[in-house]
Amino acid sequence: MKEAIKITTPLYEEKVIQLKAGDLVSITGYIYAARDVAHRRIFEIINKGKKLPIQIKGQIIFYAGPTPAKPGYPCGSVGPTTSYRMDPYTPPLLDKGLKGMIGKGLRSKEVIESIKKNKAIYFATIGGAAALISKSIKESEVVFYEDLGTEAIYRFYVEKFPAIVVIDSDGRNLYEIEPPKYANQ
Amino acid sequence: MRKIKVTQIKDKVKKLFLKANYHINQDFLLRLEKALKEEISPLGKIVLKMIIENNKIASKEEVPICQDTGLAVVFVDIGQEVHLVGGDFTKAINQGVKEAYQEGYLRKSVVDDPVFERKNTKTNTPAIIFTDIVPGDKIKFTVMPKGFGSENMSALAMLKPDDGPEGIVNFIVETVRKAGPNPCPPTIIGVGIGGTADKAMVIAKKAIARKIGSYNKNEKYAAMEREILKKINNLGIGPAGLGGKITSLAVHIDYSPTHIAGLPVAVNVCCHAARHTEGIL
Repeated sequence: MKEAIKITTPLYEEKVIQLKAGDLVSITGYIYAARDVAHRRIFEIINKGKKLPIQIKGQIIFYAGPTPAKPGYPCGSVGPTTSYRMDPYTPPLLDKGLKGMIGKGLRSKEVIESIKKNKAIYFATIGGAAALISKSIKESEVVFYEDLGTEAIYRFYVEKFPAIVVIDSDGRNLYEIEPPKYANQ
Repeated sequence: MRKIKVTQIKDKVKKLFLKANYHINQDFLLRLEKALKEEISPLGKIVLKMIIENNKIASKEEVPICQDTGLAVVFVDIGQEVHLVGGDFTKAINQGVKEAYQEGYLRKSVVDDPVFERKNTKTNTPAIIFTDIVPGDKIKFTVMPKGFGSENMSALAMLKPDDGPEGIVNFIVETVRKAGPNPCPPTIIGVGIGGTADKAMVIAKKAIARKIGSYNKNEKYAAMEREILKKINNLGIGPAGLGGKITSLAVHIDYSPTHIAGLPVAVNVCCHAARHTEGIL
């Protein structure tokens, strides 16, 4: 198996277009965590033409809501939530410069088209591996929508965060490429 | 009559939810290790190794296996010789859930009004409680913190009696195919056949908590479990949906008598963070 490719945030197009579906990556730097309600609120802000609460250009959003941190831990357990619920809100965010998303599961045609158009990237990490994934989160703070509790926008500093490229900037989709190889074996 | 104080119920429920969220069952961990040996996909093997490692970290450090610590589902078999004293049974269960989730650093994922307000109750209550009155003087609890990535992939079909085993198999395999990577495979597929629409789904949910890989005592149903598992694992979805042989670890079917005009089939999907545990008072 190939070694994980080290990447740092923020992401730039030159780097993103080199990453291909199936590449294992190890992410270091700041990433944001946001899920359902935060997406809906950001979407409404974009529709009203107002200023976004976070600088989105070049950033990665991790679809996640952590458990409360145990004393002595920088963050609670945190893994990806299922991405499709964020689909309706995703193309406008990509148009605003969002470069990467980390989640799990299928994306809509509209999201895949927007990923291609904006030269962005969709990573998956392993759903349910939340205790393991939290080991790569070194700092965690709520940066917006504190009223939402676990659904607030968090900023994490991550080191060697494990993920895999599922949909690359050419729209190649690992969920479509890999399973047929193992069907009816 | 045997008297049981509701505070004992509260304490038991609390203890069981903490245990279920931190410690995966040993038989399930062994099944995952077996799956790792069976998997041929390199990516699938990496995923399974991560899942196994995750379960070990969670157990050792007593932190949640998954950040989705679920809706608190509680099955209670109450012996009819039991006399509950000292307060309200339902409140005691909810208090146990609240204390587990607030004191055990578990995520509170319950919203009150499902459509309009969607305000977090901050206690992870109310719990989803199913009670059965059974012979005896004990109370048996089966608790299941049920994550919604997999719950959202549940499905119900009100088949025609003539659809028979073939219709049932096709519906279940198609449900798993459509779910693809979403429910965090490798999954356990709980199936309830018969009863009414609601009864079938409760049976399906309870079937998830059966000993992993145990077969239905009725050989015809057991054969259907084997056939469905084989067909599911021929889909190629694999661990985390990234391709592979191991899409589901088990199919558990249970059934109930039904109406002459019907054949309800319910599928309740459980992710690889298959958390459930039992306790008796």
